[in-house]
Amino acid sequence: METIDRPETAPEREAAAEGNFYPATENAIGPGMNERIQRLRKLSVETAPSLSIERALHETVFYKENYGKYPIPVLRALNFLDHCQKKTIYLGADELIVGERGPRPCAVPTFPELTCHSVADLQILNNREQQRYRISDEDIQTYAEQVIPYWQGKTIRERIFAHVPAEWQAAYEAGLFTEFMEQRAPGHTALDGQIYQKGMLDFKTQIAAEIVALDYLNDPEATDKAEQLKAMAISCDAVIRLAERHAEWAEELATRESDPQRSAELQKIAAICRRVPAHKPRTFHEAIQMYWFVHLGTITELNGWDAMNPGHFDQHLAPFYTAEIAAGTLSREQAKELLCCFWIKVNNHPAPPKVGITARESGTYNDFTNLNIGGISSDGQDGVSEVSYLMLEIIEELHILQPGNAVHISSKTPDRFLHAACKVIRQGHGYPSVFNPDIYVMELLRQGKSLKDAREGGTSGCIEVGAFGKEAFILTGYLNVPKIVEVTLNNGIDPLSGKQVGLETGDPRSFKSYQELYAAFLKQLNFIVDTKIRVSNYIDRMFAKYAPAPFLSVVIEDCISKGRDYYAGGPRYNTNYIQCTGLGTVTDSLATLKKHVFEDKTFSMERLLDAIAKNFKDDEFLRQTILNKTPFFGNDDDYADDIALQVYADLLGAIDGKPNTKGESFHLNMLSTTCHIYFGKMMGATPNGRLKGKSISDGTSPSHGADTNGPSAVIRSLTKLDHTMSGGTLLNQRFLPSLLQRDEDIAKLGQLIRSYFTLGGHHIQFNIVDSATLKAAQECPEDYKDLLVRMAGYSDYFNDMNEDLQQEVIERTENEAF
Amino acid sequence: MQPPLIFDIKRYAINDGPGIRVCIFLKGCPLNCRWCHNPESISPQRQKLFSADKCIGCGECVASCPQQACKLTAAGIVTNSQRCKLCGSCAEVCPTLATELSGKYRSTAELLRIIEKERPFFDQSDGGVTFSGGEPLLYPEFLLELLAACGERQIHRCIDTAGLAKTETLLEVAKHTDLFLYDLKLLNNEKHRAWTGIGNELILSNLQTLAETGAAIQLRIPLIRGVNSDAENIAATAAFVAALPGTKKSISLLPYHNIFSGKDRKLGRRRNLDGMTEPSPEELQRIIQIFAGHNLLATVGG
Repeated sequence: METIDRPETAPEREAAAEGNFYPATENAIGPGMNERIQRLRKLSVETAPSLSIERALHETVFYKENYGKYPIPVLRALNFLDHCQKKTIYLGADELIVGERGPRPCAVPTFPELTCHSVADLQILNNREQQRYRISDEDIQTYAEQVIPYWQGKTIRERIFAHVPAEWQAAYEAGLFTEFMEQRAPGHTALDGQIYQKGMLDFKTQIAAEIVALDYLNDPEATDKAEQLKAMAISCDAVIRLAERHAEWAEELATRESDPQRSAELQKIAAICRRVPAHKPRTFHEAIQMYWFVHLGTITELNGWDAMNPGHFDQHLAPFYTAEIAAGTLSREQAKELLCCFWIKVNNHPAPPKVGITARESGTYNDFTNLNIGGISSDGQDGVSEVSYLMLEIIEELHILQPGNAVHISSKTPDRFLHAACKVIRQGHGYPSVFNPDIYVMELLRQGKSLKDAREGGTSGCIEVGAFGKEAFILTGYLNVPKIVEVTLNNGIDPLSGKQVGLETGDPRSFKSYQELYAAFLKQLNFIVDTKIRVSNYIDRMFAKYAPAPFLSVVIEDCISKGRDYYAGGPRYNTNYIQCTGLGTVTDSLATLKKHVFEDKTFSMERLLDAIAKNFKDDEFLRQTILNKTPFFGNDDDYADDIALQVYADLLGAIDGKPNTKGESFHLNMLSTTCHIYFGKMMGATPNGRLKGKSISDGTSPSHGADTNGPSAVIRSLTKLDHTMSGGTLLNQRFLPSLLQRDEDIAKLGQLIRSYFTLGGHHIQFNIVDSATLKAAQECPEDYKDLLVRMAGYSDYFNDMNEDLQQEVIERTENEAF
Repeated sequence: MQPPLIFDIKRYAINDGPGIRVCIFLKGCPLNCRWCHNPESISPQRQKLFSADKCIGCGECVASCPQQACKLTAAGIVTNSQRCKLCGSCAEVCPTLATELSGKYRSTAELLRIIEKERPFFDQSDGGVTFSGGEPLLYPEFLLELLAACGERQIHRCIDTAGLAKTETLLEVAKHTDLFLYDLKLLNNEKHRAWTGIGNELILSNLQTLAETGAAIQLRIPLIRGVNSDAENIAATAAFVAALPGTKKSISLLPYHNIFSGKDRKLGRRRNLDGMTEPSPEELQRIIQIFAGHNLLATVGG
């Protein structure tokens, strides 16, 4: 996921401060980790992320020598093979799952062919306070001499920016939308179970057969296909070679190792690396290592968004687990240890840093690899297995930033699993989030997927749905819908910069009715969306032509049989998403205008616009009236909810079904990740009483403090929207730990989730608030009207409590939170 | 008979009976417990609430009042209660909700619509509706109509009562109630009178009679140190409850919190909080043990 600012709920903690390990508490659902895992975790958490220039150096030398000699796909594959042959192999003490993208843990390579960091960028990365990436002066010097001069003017990013139209540039700079692919390759993809059935050699056999079958006589694309297929075969070799080099190094280390136990482990690692990914895995250990090599391959080839996702990893691993437990070749503890090793591997891979960095856009280390746990199987059965429970235990005990994780709760999911997940949620890490397969399968079916492919689908990155292993579902960027209201109220001008960024739809003071205002908003919306799509389509083709992904194409179904790249319509399904943010802010703003300006005439448009321009500075009466006397989204009030429905329908009208470059279409998500914070900074005050620069609402959650009738009313409002028309919605709910004290409270949380999902909700996550949030609520009560506090025997809104009691709750929460 | 004023409707109520519930609070109570955490529930009349800290001194209410009852002073809005007819126009215009009117008439049809909105949550959690107060038994006609309608719709019904009502009313209501949350405050009649303003004879005999009908009853004890958390009262309570006929009763202990002082201020009311404190965790454990000694399960929380 694209992130512009630090996430609000960063789960990472100072590991060393607490003896590195999550203590076994009475709330924990499993025993703590063993010493090996504690050491690996410590290393992963305490290693400072750094930049590695190794990949860039290999690539630059390779391009200098070979650019022009081969068709682009083959060049890309050979470049990948070259790096796999030369890259530094890391195999650390204690490791059971092996392989790093960089030369050591937490070392991130750069991808200068897409976007080349300048010397200044590298220096900022090395020195900034948050999300630092360390790099030595010597490496910066080398980069300046050997890498930057070659790529200057040739990068995909520079070529894109040389072509974008002025209106796109204006809207982009005003913060009306973001563009994912100006920095990183399209990604967000997840795998199905194919790689547990086929090794790279099997894929190569299939590729060879397709090459033989090419019909140069009748198929005008035969030559292009031949190039793509050849590139795919080379990339299979690259990953096999990468694994073999790990095998060789493990054998070498085994001979040097004095501890016989570790020596045996190293020999086993070597044997496994000779088996996978060339062949399909046979054991639980091989299956995890298989996935990990494929993961590494895709994130080394390119820097796709959201790294790579294993999809329904518990379901993929369950057959190996069951067979080995039955055969006595694996114990539950060993399986858990291997899974922990995998978890730590993912955590060892911070996100690639962006270029043109400012302190504000410092981002996050999270690269958004996300696991789907539970859910349903491709034949519609309950997908929960013992591996799912193991994963929940690990989430609770290991407590690290990556991988992200989500539980999938269908009507078939047992209460036991839901209850176990709710217990982890109660710990307050913000994980796992909760998804509804019964609804997202329908979302995928509506988009035209087959039932089986839809059921095998799920959510990757944040909340976006895709047919795992069979679809390129490309997120193209966030749309700042509240900003479109702002632009409408300023006749097409961005009030922050004074520049024309939208259409001239008239001075709102002249509007006679709400309908007239809304029609102007709709015109602006369609204009902005089309402006964005034009450039997204252009970028799509840039990647397809100049930065194809042959290895990713091997593991996504139908690329081989079509002889097409992942970015060029190779996968079975090809979707582009636009993520719409701020439904709450838009609805509340429009409700304010409709009710107070046009219907009740509480105040005039002139007075409201004047107050907004002054950031409500001299008109507290107006702002308080808006905040307290307007129907807002999230209260099960049809007045506001009907506006939300209208906006949602019109977002669908503007986006859904617009053609993409692959003969398929755009769809929408209602998602913000952390972009609502950035978007808020790009906006003045809004008609709903929100002050200048403050965060807008996220995907589909109500604005902060707007919902005052409790979670069931929020759910009622949210489910008036037909989630199946989207590719995902987002609902964030704040809970205090005190609401989740007893087992029966946790059961009620599960029942709340079930209720939401029965009514058609796509996703819900719980932010179990900490004392810092409560203190903020004391200082700024209007943003926290929704904070419900449980006292023994009754609940009350935090705002309604006297100061002493608030203080007591704060102190109590400090004790409870972790 | 006058229909009740409703002073609150709480959705996602998770401490007022089984499952996820909607809780409807009826205004008016024959008791006047010193620790009452909903002081606005006592009077059956509408009441004006005012929070000085929320008032921005805009004076809109002063201008809006047809009785000229509101006056803006340094301490906020002062209402002349002689003139005020509780029409609510001040609350209507108040931009910050500093002025509120507690108590609203709602038809049974309207309440049923609100209750029905929560049905998906009832279905998932075996929840339902809880009528609380104040004292819901003060309004038998209104209550029975709602209870019967909910029964027809197969919605689980709880009555949260202090038990001070005509016995025949209680028994009639019991025919349409799935679970009683019955408050037991003090076993000693004199102390009961001193702390709540009224004796407990009827409360205890009603509980006895209700239990004889086989009604499902869960007992709730607000626990206040200095009032009723002493071993003597707990032992007497435990003995009384253990001797009740019917299935064994469970007990919810609700430790006292000074949650209401903000609400008191809003009502412009002061009360003597001396001698009332929160019981300690150790004390709670001792109390649970006393009940356990009578083979009764007592838990903390609703």
